[in-house]
Amino acid sequence: MRRLFTARGRRSPGPVAPGAVVAEASGARVRLAGRTVLSEVDLTVRAGEVLALVGPNGAGKSTLLAALAADLPVESGTVRLGGRPVAEWAPAELALRRAVLPQATTLSFPFTVAEVVRMGRAPWAGTAAEDEDGEAVAAAMAATEVDGFAARPFSSLSGGERARVALARVLAQRTALLLLDEPTAALDLRHQELVLRLGRERAAAGDAVVVVLHDLGLAAAYADRTAVLHEGRVVAEGPPERVFDAELLSRVYRQPVEVLPHPRTTELLVLPRRDAPHGEIFTRCRPDHGNP
Amino acid sequence: MSAPPRHSPPAPDLSAEPAPAAGETRQGRRTGWLTLGLGTALAVLALLSASIGAYEIPLGGMVDSLLHRAGLGGAALDRVGESVLWNVRLPRVVLALLVGASLGCAGALMQGVFGNPLAEPGVIGISMGAAVGAAGAIALGLDVLGNWTVTAFAFAAGLLTVLLVYALSRLDGRTEVVTLILTGIAVNAFAGALIGLAVFFADNAQLTQITFWQLGSLAQATWPKVLAVLPCALAGLAIAPAFARKLDLLALGERPARHLGVDVERLRMTLILVVALLTAAAVAVAGVITFVGLLVPHLLRMAAGPGHRFLIPGSALGGALVLVAADLAARTVAQPAELPLGVLTALFGSPFFFWLLRRTRRRQGGWA
Repeated sequence: MRRLFTARGRRSPGPVAPGAVVAEASGARVRLAGRTVLSEVDLTVRAGEVLALVGPNGAGKSTLLAALAADLPVESGTVRLGGRPVAEWAPAELALRRAVLPQATTLSFPFTVAEVVRMGRAPWAGTAAEDEDGEAVAAAMAATEVDGFAARPFSSLSGGERARVALARVLAQRTALLLLDEPTAALDLRHQELVLRLGRERAAAGDAVVVVLHDLGLAAAYADRTAVLHEGRVVAEGPPERVFDAELLSRVYRQPVEVLPHPRTTELLVLPRRDAPHGEIFTRCRPDHGNP
Repeated sequence: MSAPPRHSPPAPDLSAEPAPAAGETRQGRRTGWLTLGLGTALAVLALLSASIGAYEIPLGGMVDSLLHRAGLGGAALDRVGESVLWNVRLPRVVLALLVGASLGCAGALMQGVFGNPLAEPGVIGISMGAAVGAAGAIALGLDVLGNWTVTAFAFAAGLLTVLLVYALSRLDGRTEVVTLILTGIAVNAFAGALIGLAVFFADNAQLTQITFWQLGSLAQATWPKVLAVLPCALAGLAIAPAFARKLDLLALGERPARHLGVDVERLRMTLILVVALLTAAAVAVAGVITFVGLLVPHLLRMAAGPGHRFLIPGSALGGALVLVAADLAARTVAQPAELPLGVLTALFGSPFFFWLLRRTRRRQGGWA
């Protein structure tokens, strides 16, 4: 009875074919506080792939992610999720289709780690998937290695532990689209790898993963596709080996960069060039307009 | 689609067995015991409160009288006893229950909505705002809605105050502690001035009534008053638990709550209406009684965790318990005189609030 009542009028997501377009932005333009933060952005997110958004601070990565998440309205252009403009979905329906990991997680009250992760299951209350709740929570906590402190209050954790708990909550939501805003920022080396490996696994299982990254080496190693953002525009997009071009990255980051294959694994390495004079690059760049 | 990364270390096992939810059952048992304890204490205290007073009514005789009226046998008390019990004590106990439950519940909701453990109808000025409506209605001698006039005005003014505080204390979608408290100071000051004006224009009889609002008391409890507050209180108390899970999610912040399917703006507006309903109901019949809504949810959170599924009904129960106890104390401590109830709760609540402020500040590392 309760099920009937809560599930009323909500459309459950259907299966998504591998390679199908899960979300897309076309000509998206976002203004924040009178400043254009994104302009004319076209981006397609496909099932079964990891898409990394990279770019310097203030380039619009998080804004693009927020637009895809339906957090920010677009001024012109469209953002679609599952073929429909995001604004047409009800919040409860969106929650069955995309999960979002924010840059930082705060909590007003001292919930325990297990309770926080379980919150990720809230959208499924009253649907058939509610039966997976316990299993989804346990699996997400095991995958992010937070099950060791399940009973501790969230507020007593370190920054890195909090970030992993937040990720566990997002994984437990089990949506076909994952939007992760700098999931590796607070993490140590081992857990950075762990998080991106989890992203890969979800992609292999048929989900679409969009991840904002600062570490270009991580993006090169784990992303199927990368979009480089610069001053609110996508300046390059494609597989990392094609997009990660030393000249482009040096210009976008205003920092001399070199891209080379790893001597043993041939994996792409993106390194700042510390021997090059800075002035050489700066003179070729437009002044920065500051970060939002 | 391109190939997976060139070298990928073994992935963690995703097919892990679901962990036994031992913590949850323990939590469930604890809330069960707490509910039972609170309920029992409330029942005992309510009976005691109906029995103790200037005219002692023995517990046995009272139970007999209750059974008698319910048509379950028993026997009536003598004439004076019946009158004291049914016209003075019982309406007062029932009113204390309703007002306490409303204030406790409103406190829990408010803290959830603002995501801030210091939010409370009294602290942020809603009680005073509602009292302005009541005092204004009294001072101007308004009688447009009969028995309901004062309640309706208290409700309208309370609602207006909530909206005002909500609009003033939020910046970029969040409410900072300092902003909230400062807004409370401003709203309380303004409401105080308006009540002052009402006092200035009131005649002596009205003055007594207004003073009663400011101090908070249940001394004038009658059955019509109980009936006047009953619909508001019951409606609020019945609606509130339905929002428990969404309030839990709101603890993550506005955006994450929205990501989990909560229509945040609608939730906030609905709950603010419920808070106004509950607070106004309480203030309309009992005047300004502060800190019940702050103290009770906080203690329960320490005892049983922050989950709203227990916290909301638990705070209603706890609020009722605290207010029945406080009212019993208010009329027996200084017999034959009676302490104002609102003064009593503030006397105990303020130091607690102070301690809470210090603790919150320490945890956040200063207000900045």
